[in-house]
Amino acid sequence: MNSKKKSQLLQQWVFVGPSALFFLIIVVIPFLLGLYYSFTDWNGVSKHASWVGFRNYLHIFSEDPAFLNAFWFTVKFTVLGVVLTNIIGFVFAYLLTRPIYSRNALRTIFFMPHVIGGLLLGFIWQFIFVKGFSSMGSALNWSFFNLPWLGTEGTAFWAIVIVFVWQNAGYLMVIYISSLNNVPKSLIEAAQMDGASRGQVLRKITIPMVMPAVTVCLFLAISWSFKLFDLNLSLTKGGPFKSTESVALNIYNEAFNISRFGMGSAKAIVFFIIVAIISFIQVRATKSKEVEV
Amino acid sequence: METSHRSRGKWMLAEIFMILVALLFLVPFYFLLVNSVKSFADILTDSAGFPTTFVWDNYVQAWKLTEFPQVFWNSLLVAIVSNVLIALISSMAAYRMVRHNTMFNSILFSAFVAAMIIPFQSIMIPLVKVVSTIGIMDTRIGLILCYLGFGAPLSVFLFHGFVKSVPKEIEEAGRVDGSSAYGIFFRIVLPLMQPIVVTVIILNALWIWNDYLMPSLILQSPDLRTIPIATYAFFGQFKKQWDLALPALVLGITPIVIFFLLMQKYIIEGISQGSVKG
Repeated sequence: MNSKKKSQLLQQWVFVGPSALFFLIIVVIPFLLGLYYSFTDWNGVSKHASWVGFRNYLHIFSEDPAFLNAFWFTVKFTVLGVVLTNIIGFVFAYLLTRPIYSRNALRTIFFMPHVIGGLLLGFIWQFIFVKGFSSMGSALNWSFFNLPWLGTEGTAFWAIVIVFVWQNAGYLMVIYISSLNNVPKSLIEAAQMDGASRGQVLRKITIPMVMPAVTVCLFLAISWSFKLFDLNLSLTKGGPFKSTESVALNIYNEAFNISRFGMGSAKAIVFFIIVAIISFIQVRATKSKEVEV
Repeated sequence: METSHRSRGKWMLAEIFMILVALLFLVPFYFLLVNSVKSFADILTDSAGFPTTFVWDNYVQAWKLTEFPQVFWNSLLVAIVSNVLIALISSMAAYRMVRHNTMFNSILFSAFVAAMIIPFQSIMIPLVKVVSTIGIMDTRIGLILCYLGFGAPLSVFLFHGFVKSVPKEIEEAGRVDGSSAYGIFFRIVLPLMQPIVVTVIILNALWIWNDYLMPSLILQSPDLRTIPIATYAFFGQFKKQWDLALPALVLGITPIVIFFLLMQKYIIEGISQGSVKG
């Protein structure tokens, strides 16, 4: 009996131990430490960090226009990014599950940008916006291409949106395709027998049936766009004049450029709380719209 | 008959439309590739046209200046070791948690699920401190350890969902043969988990290969640099020297694009699997 207990304990350690230990060291401890630092004025180097209570948090919301700007930028970007990637991803998926001969090649092309990381994509698109667009502008004489894409606040915002959609619509397309393929053919045939038009089938059957995929895709798109960092860093670096600085980039600069680790930690905690609230609301809201077969 | 003709004609239009959109999607790659073999002057005067003379020397320079073989090896080593270890420890943990749903294990599992929403930026500041306290700053081991800890929650979650669908009766055969718990896991359960293992490995591979922030915080030595940090450093140094930057970018994306084209069946299946289950 005793040896059996011992071997159970050993198995628990062997199977669960490594994951639990690394998770503790890399996620749990830093998270708790960050919570503590957020109430201090630690600068990242000195041995001493004095307790400042809620001063960092008050500062963020009352005296830090850059953070509020970054927050506002991130919210606007998230709304547009989520809506556009999902609509385009769904339309691609819908059309590419119809009788289209080149659909396999098309799926590959639309998905490909996603496998390249945001950092390299940002640099590639920097060239497109700076050199490529201007040469197309002079060739075609379209004012759209002659805009100073990365040079003004409004256009730089759209530049990031364009690259984000180009990068991620194909990924959501893949998820929507697998969900569309799971809609039972018999259900659609039955509706068509009853005289439903293609639009009615789409609205009354297909869309309700793919709601679980919508949950997943909204969740992914919100999480990618709200945590925007790599693409932001390499495409605009937050510029011009910090107008396109995301919250993640703002936190990074606060800590690693101006060495205010305490303040940076407070921002990181605020960021976490917002992400947690959004995820919670979003999963709740979409789950209630799902249907079961 | 007539309706089927008409509907085929209609999908023909959709097909043409989608092909045009796909060409639009490929435009950035066109710009990248044609300009990577032009001289600096040609890039400035005509970036849209096809190259008149091919300057392959751009690639030779970029290959040398980025120390591409070294950088590629660094990325590959970190990605492979992290991936194998994450898949191994997460599948083992998930299996144990499903089969022995003790109080401790169910609390731990809830912690993993909750941690999935923690953005990396929320823990990165103290993480640097923790890693340097342990004394593994600026080492590959340190970076791999970070991937194990930060990657475990999602991977455990995905494995957990899958193990629940593996009937316990299958393990009985192994128990009758007198196999140990370890033998049952490695010889019976793990092979059954193959579809989800593929999913987990693909999701983690894309993440780790392309990740910039984690290695930029952990690694400092130039000879440990992975592709994203080497590219970032290169861009800082040769800003606006497009005849060097563009071939360096092409080199940087080539391995992952080849990997994708070779493995796309598994990648696309893996992603559909992972998301529907998740």
